[in-house]
Amino acid sequence: MAYSKKVVDKFENTLKNPEKFNVGRFDPKDGDVGTGMVGAPACGDVMKLQIKCKQEGNQHIIEDVKFKTYGCGSAIASSAELVEMLIGKTLDEAKEIKNKDLAEVLELPPIKIHCSVLAEDSIKQAIEDYESKQ
Amino acid sequence: MSKSKPIYLDYASTTPVDERVAEKMLEYMTFNNNFGNAASRSHSFGWQADEAVELARSHVANLVNCDPREIVWTSGATEADNLAIKGIANFYKTKGKHIITSKIEHKAVLDPCRQLERHGFDVTYLEPNEGGVITSDAVKEAIREDTILVSIMHINNELGTINDIASIGELTRDNGIFFHVDAAQSTGKVNIDLSTLKVDLMSFSAHKTYGPKGVGALFVRRKPRVRIEAQIHGGGHERGMRSGTLATHQIVGMGEAFRLAKEEMKSDSEKVTEFHEYFLEEVKKIDEIYINGDIQNKVPNILNVSFNFIEGESLIMGLKDIAVSSGSACTSASLEPSYVLRALGRKDELAHSSIRFSFGRFTTEDDVRNTLNLLSNVVERLRELSPLWEMHLDGIDLDTVEWQAH
Repeated sequence: MAYSKKVVDKFENTLKNPEKFNVGRFDPKDGDVGTGMVGAPACGDVMKLQIKCKQEGNQHIIEDVKFKTYGCGSAIASSAELVEMLIGKTLDEAKEIKNKDLAEVLELPPIKIHCSVLAEDSIKQAIEDYESKQ
Repeated sequence: MSKSKPIYLDYASTTPVDERVAEKMLEYMTFNNNFGNAASRSHSFGWQADEAVELARSHVANLVNCDPREIVWTSGATEADNLAIKGIANFYKTKGKHIITSKIEHKAVLDPCRQLERHGFDVTYLEPNEGGVITSDAVKEAIREDTILVSIMHINNELGTINDIASIGELTRDNGIFFHVDAAQSTGKVNIDLSTLKVDLMSFSAHKTYGPKGVGALFVRRKPRVRIEAQIHGGGHERGMRSGTLATHQIVGMGEAFRLAKEEMKSDSEKVTEFHEYFLEEVKKIDEIYINGDIQNKVPNILNVSFNFIEGESLIMGLKDIAVSSGSACTSASLEPSYVLRALGRKDELAHSSIRFSFGRFTTEDDVRNTLNLLSNVVERLRELSPLWEMHLDGIDLDTVEWQAH
């Protein structure tokens, strides 16, 4: 399996410096936090994504993001990449992020497109969770 | 990170050719050396090649204590497995159509069996016990009146577990059933004595024992006589069992590798036993690890470990300067986790998180120590990243979680 340099770098940097790359967790019970968890251990990948938002006017803006991912190198790289895309975006903008965007940025091989789909699902779920609390 | 060569701990996958072997092989290729066709009976070029081939044959026979005339050269263990299984099935198909093998065999055995199923044969795939061993009792229970062949590997390539081929052999011989053993992982690791083992066919590979890739052999017993139908035709070489001009340099390489294996089995084995003990002791200090395969009944050169809550491919990526294999689906073309680990009854997630370390002749103490250091560091970091580890620490039983599989 040949990964692009981008996947390898993202993976290695995240591993080396987890805090800088937003590895961690928020309290899922907080009102300004939305949590999404997708995948299954038996399938080999689980992504947990948490967004922390603030309201400005009638817009909700993603202030901060934390994630944890169990999975192959590209699953970890996909989540780390997604997290960077999310910070500072409004929820409406975040909803527009598609797996294709991630797959393109990371140059994922076809067999790993699945990882980017999982990442897209995790943000959808996190937004749903956040919106249900408002 | 230094630019030095990665550490190689994947000897069960393939081994480097021993320099002494490579040197011998070079003597059988060019015009200034011996390039003859062993089948040429009319000149010295052919005679010399034939002599080299027969000497190599005796080295192979010598390692496993059989008659050189019982050794048939093939292109590798895969071809030897195919020749044994299809060869017996096709020759003796009027006697019966039932074959017994196991779920933890190499694909080189499983796929020919599947192929025979498509041609009307009936195959029983035995389950290993929890320790990854196929017992003779399991074989006994599966025997039917129309069973013609039992094919069970000697040492499992993923786990290193050893099957009791001596007692299975007694059983098959008593029942008039042919017994084939894939011994690709055995040569140079454990003693094989075909004068006492009731094995009828045994497959060997050169490249797992410091010989070249592309050559192997099949032992075909003469007494009591075993007959097989050839699978490759074209000249009747190897007493009609395997046609094709013999690859003299490859065969010479295999012969020399097996000669050295006999000479160095003891020292090779002592060394890897030490590494194995050290590695095991250190790896056990890491939380939530599982050794796959019965530790009491395996070879020391292979050690298969599952690191719970970490996916194997990411672990391999984290250990980028170390060459190892994983049972993770992500490292296989099929996207299925190791069928061997699943056959042991391991949960899929533990199969996904397994790494096979295999040591060999050129492994050094530094290799082992550096690997262990890096390993504990990367495991810790990946667990820091793992939501499963976090849940585990929170006391959540992962089996009770409703996952969104997709």
